[in-house]
Amino acid sequence: MDHAYTRLTTGQLSIASGLVLVSAGASMALSLGIERGLLVAAVRMVVQLMAVGLILDWVFALDHPAAVALVLVAMTLIAGVSAGWRAGASYRGMIANGLIGVTLGSWGASAIALLVVVRVHPWYTPQFAIPLVGMILGNTMNGVSLGLDRLTSELVARRGQVESTLALGATRWEAALPIIRSSVRTGLIQTINTMAAAGIVTLPGMMTGQMLAGATPLDAVKYQMVIMFLMTFAIVAGSIVAAILAFRRLFTADHQLDLSRLVERKAGG
Amino acid sequence: MSASVESMVDGQGRVDDAGGGGLSARDIGRRRPDSDEWLIRGLNLTVEPGERVALIGPTGAGKTVFLRAIATLDPIQEGAVRWSDRLVTGDFAPVYRSHAVYLHQRAAFDDASVERILRHPFTMRVHRGRAYDRARVIELLQGVGRGESFLEQSSRDLSGGESQIVALVRAIQLDPDLLFLDEPTASLDRATTRAVESLIERWREERRGRGSLVLVSHDLEQTRRVATRRLILTSTGLHPEN
Repeated sequence: MDHAYTRLTTGQLSIASGLVLVSAGASMALSLGIERGLLVAAVRMVVQLMAVGLILDWVFALDHPAAVALVLVAMTLIAGVSAGWRAGASYRGMIANGLIGVTLGSWGASAIALLVVVRVHPWYTPQFAIPLVGMILGNTMNGVSLGLDRLTSELVARRGQVESTLALGATRWEAALPIIRSSVRTGLIQTINTMAAAGIVTLPGMMTGQMLAGATPLDAVKYQMVIMFLMTFAIVAGSIVAAILAFRRLFTADHQLDLSRLVERKAGG
Repeated sequence: MSASVESMVDGQGRVDDAGGGGLSARDIGRRRPDSDEWLIRGLNLTVEPGERVALIGPTGAGKTVFLRAIATLDPIQEGAVRWSDRLVTGDFAPVYRSHAVYLHQRAAFDDASVERILRHPFTMRVHRGRAYDRARVIELLQGVGRGESFLEQSSRDLSGGESQIVALVRAIQLDPDLLFLDEPTASLDRATTRAVESLIERWREERRGRGSLVLVSHDLEQTRRVATRRLILTSTGLHPEN
């Protein structure tokens, strides 16, 4: 690291937070009606990030594999459950499918990241394990969630096509394959867009953070590339696994599409 | 990822030769999903090769539910469907359905040309070893007043009647032994209805009288024209007419 890392004081934080108040003032002056939501969100962010910061500070200080593993498992559970939860059409076991997809995809990619690519010793060094796994998890969650969403909605929308294919003698796999493909593709498109735009339209967050922490831009860029490649792998693996599990839930062993297994889940319920 | 993953999820299903058989459905019962209410129950039907059966009866008696059940498109909670004395279950189901094809009341296609839609079944494992026969398809289409250019048409631009014709030609070119027809002409004008019926007639000629039909229709005239046996489905079960 070439440059010293600049710690922020509470005073500096206060200056920045003052700008939220200015924004809230602008909202009131212009009758935008969002000042309340803005302040609540700002307070939530402060509380949530402080809590995470305190927990991670503690885990970093402990530097114990069990503590790191606990944090990683908790993050995986949250990401996995969020991936399988959606409002609208869902099926029994969808959350489990999301969790399995996210876990396999992101842990596979994370193991490669920590053990093969970055070669962290020991593997649980929190400074590497937590941010790397966290970023991979977040993106795998999005990919798997989009993929599952697409799979169920396409099965409903294209039920007639799937059924008439089955009626002509297609196996359930032959009938579902176009929809499984579309599901995996949907999960991956966001990553493709992010990769294509990286460095031109946006400076990716991880790279930005490393530069702020004093890394040279070229070093930061290398890490960013590694993480993008691993995320891509995690999303592909996770969404293929989730799509196949969903497929097995919604088609019977007698090669029938059984949409009665889909139920409407209310938002927020 | 297709072939290898397929063997992982579905096993290696053998493509049996199970053509020419009869259909036997025994004690068929289907419950409303997640409920104790039976939509249909205890229904029996045997269809010998060449037989043409019409199911008639009041709306809501479960004609479509029964037809879908014996076409094995929906899970049933009671009873068994046999084809050529073989229980239709597991990997035999696609084989059965390649011989006994169900046609929906309204055909739904993905966006594609008519020809692509007609070619699609030949990509299925069960129809492997057979080839798309363009000349035959054109002949079938010409029989109902559609020329070769009809093949280039996009599925988006098909009328309801044309969709029905495409669905029927797609099934007939596979030489099925039995067709399940669910209100095949319900929303069609008279000319298109005649076209659909002539396609069915054409298929029966090609099958030399061994093509069987199970037809659900509320057009009583049609059931008289097309069927040799008429069964009435009421809440008390399936009864021969009279």
